[in-house]
Amino acid sequence: MDGIQRNFQETMPPLSPDEALAEANRCLFCFDAPCIRACPTQIDIPSFIRKIATGNLRGSARVIMESNPLGATCARVCPVEALCEGGCVYNAQERPPIQIGRLQRHATDWLIDSGETTFAAGPDNGKSVACIGSGPSSLAAAVRLREWGYAVTLYEAKPRGGGLDTYGIVSFRLPVEISLAEVGLVERTGATFRYNTRVGTDITVGELLKRHDAVFVGVGLGQPASPGLPGEDLPGVRDTLPFIEETKSRPLDTLSVGRHVLVIGAGNSAIDAATAAGRLGAESVTIVYRRSKEEIPCYGFEFEFAKQEGVRFQWLAAPKRIVGSGKVEGLECVRTRLGEPDARGRRRPEEVPDSTFTIPADMVIKAVGQGPDNGFLSHLGLHLKGPDRLAADRETGATSHPRVFAGGDIVDGRDDATVVAVVAMGLRAAAGLDRSLGSPRGAGATVPAHPKTVIRRSVSR
Amino acid sequence: MIQNPSPSTIDLSCNVAGIRSPNPFWLASAPPTNSGDQIMRAFDYGWGGAVWKTLGDPIINVSSRLGGLRWRNQPLMGLNNIELITDRSLETNLREIREVKKRYPNHAVVVSLMVESKREVWHDIVKKSQDTGADGLELNFGCPHGMSERGMGAAVGQVPEYACQITEWVKEAATIPVLVKLTPNVADIRYAARAATKGGADGLSLINTINSLIGVDLETLKVMPNVGGKSSHGGYCGPAVKPIALNMLSQIGADPETAHMPISGIGGIGTWQDAAEFLLLGAGGVQVCTAAMHYGYRIVEDMIEGLENYMRQKGWRTLADFKGKAVTQVEDWGNLDLNYKVVARIDPDTCIRCNLCHVACEDGAHQCIAPAAPQDDGRVLAPVVDETECVGCNLCALICPVDGCITMTEIDTGKAPETWREWQNRLAAGASPDDHPGMISGH
Repeated sequence: MDGIQRNFQETMPPLSPDEALAEANRCLFCFDAPCIRACPTQIDIPSFIRKIATGNLRGSARVIMESNPLGATCARVCPVEALCEGGCVYNAQERPPIQIGRLQRHATDWLIDSGETTFAAGPDNGKSVACIGSGPSSLAAAVRLREWGYAVTLYEAKPRGGGLDTYGIVSFRLPVEISLAEVGLVERTGATFRYNTRVGTDITVGELLKRHDAVFVGVGLGQPASPGLPGEDLPGVRDTLPFIEETKSRPLDTLSVGRHVLVIGAGNSAIDAATAAGRLGAESVTIVYRRSKEEIPCYGFEFEFAKQEGVRFQWLAAPKRIVGSGKVEGLECVRTRLGEPDARGRRRPEEVPDSTFTIPADMVIKAVGQGPDNGFLSHLGLHLKGPDRLAADRETGATSHPRVFAGGDIVDGRDDATVVAVVAMGLRAAAGLDRSLGSPRGAGATVPAHPKTVIRRSVSR
Repeated sequence: MIQNPSPSTIDLSCNVAGIRSPNPFWLASAPPTNSGDQIMRAFDYGWGGAVWKTLGDPIINVSSRLGGLRWRNQPLMGLNNIELITDRSLETNLREIREVKKRYPNHAVVVSLMVESKREVWHDIVKKSQDTGADGLELNFGCPHGMSERGMGAAVGQVPEYACQITEWVKEAATIPVLVKLTPNVADIRYAARAATKGGADGLSLINTINSLIGVDLETLKVMPNVGGKSSHGGYCGPAVKPIALNMLSQIGADPETAHMPISGIGGIGTWQDAAEFLLLGAGGVQVCTAAMHYGYRIVEDMIEGLENYMRQKGWRTLADFKGKAVTQVEDWGNLDLNYKVVARIDPDTCIRCNLCHVACEDGAHQCIAPAAPQDDGRVLAPVVDETECVGCNLCALICPVDGCITMTEIDTGKAPETWREWQNRLAAGASPDDHPGMISGH
């Protein structure tokens, strides 16, 4: 394996079986545990950890996948400090929390390596659902619907499934094999994947509604937002998602990267782009951000990772123009200072007069966020929320069309959008869709309509 | 206020039935005391004495011999063995005992013995053993496996008449102190203890290992330890057996016929705290095996230092200052005060909200700890004890992962102390059953 290949191997090592056993035995097995409450999919974390401790890895993976069908991906990309591990009671003692993410990876890796599955399709209930997109929200919904006996077809524009998990997260955080293994588990439930099929172009939503009893919209935000700078069309200017997609879909040694790379933006995708550029061989990578490090929008662990990777930060600089003749030669910026907080509480950057300066670079990656495919949005013809998000009930996934349900970032793609959040939305929307169709069950069905019931007990006397 | 002795004035010197050692920590008769080389190395590490691996007719051992109990990934919570007595020749052992005694005159070297139940055979080995200059003898009436099938070890210890008889034979020839090592594999340890006492033993050692079968390998379905597809019951020791040993120790201490007997305590001792508990319940010294097999001889350093620090903190200078201090607390249940009451109190500042006390009490005790009601501001509060329902069982305090978070607090019941026996007497004298002591909960 050459250097670049090695650079794109997963950074976080797996727990060895001994490490996993020791860590699992550190778990207190809390009752009504705060880690569960902190998980958007409410995985019964103490239970799956106890199963690791007893050597019941299949059972452990079952507990995880039952609540979160993308358990292997989430084990790697969840911001665990802000979720389960942040809830761990050990934090109250300022002791290291249980490494829930790595334990979850231990159990789900076992599942993937074993070739087994924990999903089982229910008996055919005669109904059929189309999922638009095969990202995490659609995959989660598809698993649940297959368990309840629906025929499910996923319409995917790309040649492979998994959406952002497969194409949009750098492989040294989430190997593409893991995402594809989870897609494979969904395929094994009997769900049909129609790849290279873009809804709105190759097939219309109207046709889907004719062919299927209901439609689930599980797409994300795939269109890059533009910072609106002169010079964006210069060779050497890239958008972050296509750049990352290349590193996951093409041989790494065929990719080109600049010697001096600038990344505009400081969100989690910007960190991905910056670290990927560095690992591809860039001599210097600098993130340019209008605010200071106090306002940095990426997760703390991402910021730390970027610093470890040698990524530099140009704080308080507002990009104005990409300069160069025939190719990128630099980024012209104006210095900023922070003024009053904006509506979201972040201090607004104000430009300092006469402070223009240029950072030399031969590659600029734009990472200022993503938006929906507006053509697809208008094709759907559903009510919107705000200018460019699909209006859907976050609890039931219901949209303005009685037979269309939705999850995924297109519903409410916020800055803190996470895989686990859209998985949870997909599961809730599947339940909403199922209820709207009268919760049909095939003959001999054993899977309950809502298999996850949280038993609350209280002392009442 | 007790003046705490300075470290230099702490005196750990120990005397069990006339066998003297610089400290109370002996190695028990087992693999760690198999040879002179080992025992001298152990003495260099600081052990005060050693009971030599049992002498007798050399035996042939099997392979494998040991099985361990893991608990939540902790190895050797218990250890089971099917190894027999020494497999070395009597001459070799005796020569090495003589050598050790010559080089370490101030350490206790005790020779463990087990031979067939014949007077002249016992006389012979007793004489040969004490000719080495050894400080004492320990009669192995406890080994529960292998040797017992040949009429020795536990086969003797389980029949008080045999134990008494052989002790008498040994005492006929012995010029040095004789300890009798008792087997716990009996319904009541006191009968064997009385028999050894009657036979003239100078002291008792307890406990030997407990009959056990350590487990089955779930992959191979082999019973452990595996000997070519078969296994056999063995002797169980290690941390898990300590409470059994402490109970038997206290039973002997409470028995008028044996209360005076010097005792060498054995069973799950691995730390100075374990040793201190045995001493407080009346042992004169202790013997250690499993912990030394697990971690090596080096553990004695902390056992010595820890015990010295503990004694200094308590204001004790010698072992005699605290030996047996806890013995008289152990009573029949019927003599316990029914009007004494403690309740659980949870410190909300150190509580980490794991709710383990709630679920333990709810499912496993008396349903008196409720999770806190949800707060509007999202804060999670500590569970709440219903003190009127709390029976003071200790379960919550035992399972709480935070040291000191749950304390069992004595509360005043407003009733004078009364035991079950006293209550029975009061009933017999015509008291109303409604005028009972203690609390009877409503369910």
